[in-house]
Amino acid sequence: MNIPVNPVAEQLAGYNFAYLDEATKRMIRRAILKAVAVPGHQVPFGAREMPLPYGWGTGGIQVTASILGPRDVLKVIDQGADDTTNAVSIRRFFGRVAGVRTTDRTREATIVQTRHRIPETALREGQVLVYQVPMPEPLFRLEPRVSETTRLHALGDYGLMQVRLYEDIVKHGEVATAYNHPVMVNARYLMSPSPIPSFDNPKMHMNPALQLFGAGREKRIYAVPPYTAVQSLDFEDHPFRPIRAPHACALCNSTESYLDEVITDDQGGRMFVCSDTDYCAERRGE
Amino acid sequence: MMQPGFADPVLDAQSAFRAVLEALSHPGRIIPIAPAPIPPAPLSPAMGALALALCDADTPVWQDGGAQAADWLRFHTGAPFAEAPAAMFLFATGRPPALSTLNLGTDEVPQDGATLVLNVASLKAQGTLRLRGPGIKDEVSLGVEGLPENFLAERAALRPHFPRGLDIVFCCGAQIAALPRTTEVI
Repeated sequence: MNIPVNPVAEQLAGYNFAYLDEATKRMIRRAILKAVAVPGHQVPFGAREMPLPYGWGTGGIQVTASILGPRDVLKVIDQGADDTTNAVSIRRFFGRVAGVRTTDRTREATIVQTRHRIPETALREGQVLVYQVPMPEPLFRLEPRVSETTRLHALGDYGLMQVRLYEDIVKHGEVATAYNHPVMVNARYLMSPSPIPSFDNPKMHMNPALQLFGAGREKRIYAVPPYTAVQSLDFEDHPFRPIRAPHACALCNSTESYLDEVITDDQGGRMFVCSDTDYCAERRGE
Repeated sequence: MMQPGFADPVLDAQSAFRAVLEALSHPGRIIPIAPAPIPPAPLSPAMGALALALCDADTPVWQDGGAQAADWLRFHTGAPFAEAPAAMFLFATGRPPALSTLNLGTDEVPQDGATLVLNVASLKAQGTLRLRGPGIKDEVSLGVEGLPENFLAERAALRPHFPRGLDIVFCCGAQIAALPRTTEVI
């Protein structure tokens, strides 16, 4: 296991601090401030080409690059894991272009960039959680025209989504979204929480940390300020239900954390382990 | 002679931005900006820091600080000046223009609502303004002296227009405190 805070990597010469040029950072920073001022509203921004392909977290990277300072400690997770390709390359990228310290420990981090998970360890005030978002528009599958979804957001008209959830209940007896379950932010804007498991949705509600969302290909930034109401969309008679595999982690025995199912052989063998590697390692005393 | 801007344009802009981000994330909380530049009076150091960190050729700016302040802003940020209703950022050292005349954005594009940066006489962590809204756990209080007459009433009159609105940053010396449009003064 890594030591809690990795040493500072040598900063690459020839790049501005944190890769982006200052004009781009200012533009993204202005978008972030307005996103915080209107919680849940998607603010368009001029996403730049990054040295990673779309789908690898270019939105999250640009948000992180714009807020990052030399005193920050950065953690990057991919589906809860610190040691997968995406997380490792983004962490190394910022180690090299910003010379910031990186860590695997949620507690040590001031900025956590995440792909599709919220860490199990409760976040605290002053931390920033940066989500990588593939599709920021929650109504996208119901209404493909951006001009129309913009108007629906302006009017706060989210009947389409309610009908979709209703149809799920009619067809399947329950709301059949295990991830990317839409939420209402501050009782005003319908927001995509990015494809986090619905298990993580309740953690967004009144979280002391600032939550920023960046979508690079779709060129949108949105935010949930600390201590902001985030309600998963549901019905009185079909309340929202976060889903968790009914097992204990095979490594740390946790019955609280979100579990990944891992296939171990071709005989049907499988095990359930924590998706959050830092949480699991800490429980095992590593 | 022209007063200098940030000593380190990259890192000082970053820390000033983080101060504003923290102020807007925790409305009513007093956040110091360090290091802040020393702009020509009557611009405050905090106001100067915000201008340098956030303004450039893309942001029409309105200010009432006089010719020296205008020269300083123009030289360091390159921002074009505009009439108050067309400005994205307003730096008010005296009485700001009537709030309802400023750009509040539209229901579809609320992010076009202007940012009003306002000098005040003092900021205190406890005071008569009781605040509620996103970013505030239950309720906080903030003491602001030197607010223009009727300012809070003018601001309250904009509340029904949400998501349209103004985001306000108070500056006192090198300290700031923010009232985003979501914050309710009770």
